[in-house]
Amino acid sequence: MNLRRDPLAFAAGLLFAAGLVLGGMTNPAKVLGFLDVTGAWDPSLAFVMGGAIAVFAPGYWLMARRSGSLLGDPLNLPTRSTIDARLLVGAALFGVGWGLAGYCPGPALVSTMSLGRDALIVATAMLVGMAGFSLVEARLRRAAP
Amino acid sequence: MLPNVFTPCASTLGGLLIGTSAVLMLALLGRIAGVSGIVGGLLSAHPRDRSWRGAFALGLLVGGFVLAASFPAQFAPVPGHGVGRLVLAGLLVGVGTRLGGGCTSGHGVCGLSRLSKRSLVATATFMGVAMLTVAVAGGAA
Repeated sequence: MNLRRDPLAFAAGLLFAAGLVLGGMTNPAKVLGFLDVTGAWDPSLAFVMGGAIAVFAPGYWLMARRSGSLLGDPLNLPTRSTIDARLLVGAALFGVGWGLAGYCPGPALVSTMSLGRDALIVATAMLVGMAGFSLVEARLRRAAP
Repeated sequence: MLPNVFTPCASTLGGLLIGTSAVLMLALLGRIAGVSGIVGGLLSAHPRDRSWRGAFALGLLVGGFVLAASFPAQFAPVPGHGVGRLVLAGLLVGVGTRLGGGCTSGHGVCGLSRLSKRSLVATATFMGVAMLTVAVAGGAA
């Protein structure tokens, strides 16, 4: 527990959940409607991404000039820039899963609290997939010289 | 099944809240608000920084609990999705986001904002494949 950081992370999680629900991301019919470009396309969710980037992009570029966070923690920014098979295959698998049920990770977790059958199944399988991936990766790393 | 209603205002407002959350995470904690990375880190073989990750995830769940009680229609499931389809979807989302190093938030929102070429390729790939999947496997209608 960290009494300075954890309440802030909790508040950010609350705000994130509110944005997902208001934006329509927890409504899988709306998500599939956005992805259904050859059918009755509903472009609403492009506005979720646009709105989020409109706030985060300037925030990021202001922060990136600093050496640390406002609380003095180091900035943990992604450093990988390689476009490899791992990135492409992972993104493609995620795309199939997202298109099959209309849940990406944030909305899947948030939606479990509706106790709906579909969200509970998708979120449970997602967490199993994440944990299973980590186990296999750790084993492969140990096996490698 | 009613057709979707175009909601540019609510969706933009939702996006602004997500962006604000991501700015808070970066400005205060120095972290990228990528849900699959934050949650995946909790489930890794050697979890690091459990407490802030857990706190963010708890915020998502508590937010979901309050909002699902208040606005149940925003969580309506798509009729007719069988258990097998849902299990497969969840597994692919879990494995795919960990393998590809991000999801809609980490690559989509944060990566595109950082002008990361890697995130642009990932986002174009998962969006394109998801659109193809809906075209082949059927959407909500």
